[in-house]
Amino acid sequence: MKEELFVSGRNIPNIDPYLNIWHWQIPLYLFLGGLAAGILFFAGLFYIMGKEKEMPATVKWSTFVVPFALVFGLFALFLDLKHKLWFWQLYTTVRITSPMSWGAWVLMSVTPLSFIWAASYLREAFPQWNWRWKFLKNFEKWVIKNRIYFAWAMVILAVILGIYTGILLSAFNARPLWNTSILGPLFLVSGMSTGAATIILTSKDHKERRIIGKIDLLLIAIELFFIIHMIMGFLAGSEVQLAAANLFLGGQFTVSFWVFVIILGLLFPAALEILELFGLKVPIVLPAILVILGGLIFRFIMVEAGQITRYLY
Amino acid sequence: MRYAMAIDTKKCVGCSDCVVACQTENNVPIGYCRDWISETVDGTYPNVSIELRSERCNHCDNAPCVRCCPTGASHFEDGGIVLVTHHKCIGCGACIQSCPYEARYSHPDGYVDKCTFCIHRVRKGEDPACVSVCPTNCMYFGDLDDPNSEIVNVLKNRKFKTLAPEAGTSPQIFYLV
Repeated sequence: MKEELFVSGRNIPNIDPYLNIWHWQIPLYLFLGGLAAGILFFAGLFYIMGKEKEMPATVKWSTFVVPFALVFGLFALFLDLKHKLWFWQLYTTVRITSPMSWGAWVLMSVTPLSFIWAASYLREAFPQWNWRWKFLKNFEKWVIKNRIYFAWAMVILAVILGIYTGILLSAFNARPLWNTSILGPLFLVSGMSTGAATIILTSKDHKERRIIGKIDLLLIAIELFFIIHMIMGFLAGSEVQLAAANLFLGGQFTVSFWVFVIILGLLFPAALEILELFGLKVPIVLPAILVILGGLIFRFIMVEAGQITRYLY
Repeated sequence: MRYAMAIDTKKCVGCSDCVVACQTENNVPIGYCRDWISETVDGTYPNVSIELRSERCNHCDNAPCVRCCPTGASHFEDGGIVLVTHHKCIGCGACIQSCPYEARYSHPDGYVDKCTFCIHRVRKGEDPACVSVCPTNCMYFGDLDDPNSEIVNVLKNRKFKTLAPEAGTSPQIFYLV
């Protein structure tokens, strides 16, 4: 039995004994980014499909959440920085090899887009709203006329944003739990699922809820498949990946992962949504909130657990 | 030019002099360290073997920290030395996550810090502080591209290993075993 220890004593804050340099800010941001991506994706998609009238919550009302989510997420990211006053250097450099640089620029384009999209529906939601200045009124007219282009941009950027929240983690080869290419698609699907759940919460129309509920059900199924796929991949992997999988299969994150993410966050809401499809009266708020909480907890667990996985030598 | 270090695990006694020398030379804040001594114990007495390693940033050829840095603060200097430009670092922690050796830390002033191979000394032709103080002379610092250097000689004549080569980082600290 090999035993490793530091002879010279090493107890660096946030590094020893376990790496814990990323706290609540990063998972919260990953969650909000995924949620925003999900809402924007469906808003753009259903607008392109010409369903603006039939799906008002999807295309219009739910998008009011997005600017808040993104700004709050960005603020969390800012809080995470340790050298805060230098943050602007993210926007004076483009580094192709750095996922974080990509993410900074994607956010830089998605956030204004989400503001413009939501603002263009503001007068529909609040008819007495007045833009006051003429250039704003003209801009609004121009946006409304060209919404289809905005919708396309939103769909594409939302997919990039959603997948980026996973790639941010999966690009770190030193953290075996994150270092799987399935994480990008997995976070994208999970983000879309939480986005769909938010749409369900903002919708009052039974038909619209049903459509989004069905989509959410499909997304949950894909997410479960991806999670199984991820764990299978780890179990067929190297020693460090086995150790990563074992965090969820008997290790310290087993209960939180299976109870809060898999059962309460995916299986139980899926079962409720299926029962609802069969006509049983289920308060639709319940599965939606469970999906959202499950997505949030999932990201917290992945960030926490990933940091303690490492190479052994 | 390719700076590298070879450390003789058979000669190292784990005295931690390199650690203290580094902390003094580089004004490392109290409670932090850029290099440290690891001990791997295999077996129990009397059937026991111990390996002592003075560890630090591996100044990898394929450095994941340089790859993932969003601002270019982490970069390669002459001789492949991996450095952090303090005023370019935003303290996002990406490089800390990306390092398989946990060689980086967040300095109390906000930026990320780590071993520099004492570049300020190396440029003057001196050895890094850790190498220069080692009482057993177990560390060799030099240029791998110079066929006459001591480090090339010692790597030709001794068996050596690197840490976590499977991480694909191509580390440049060689442990003589």
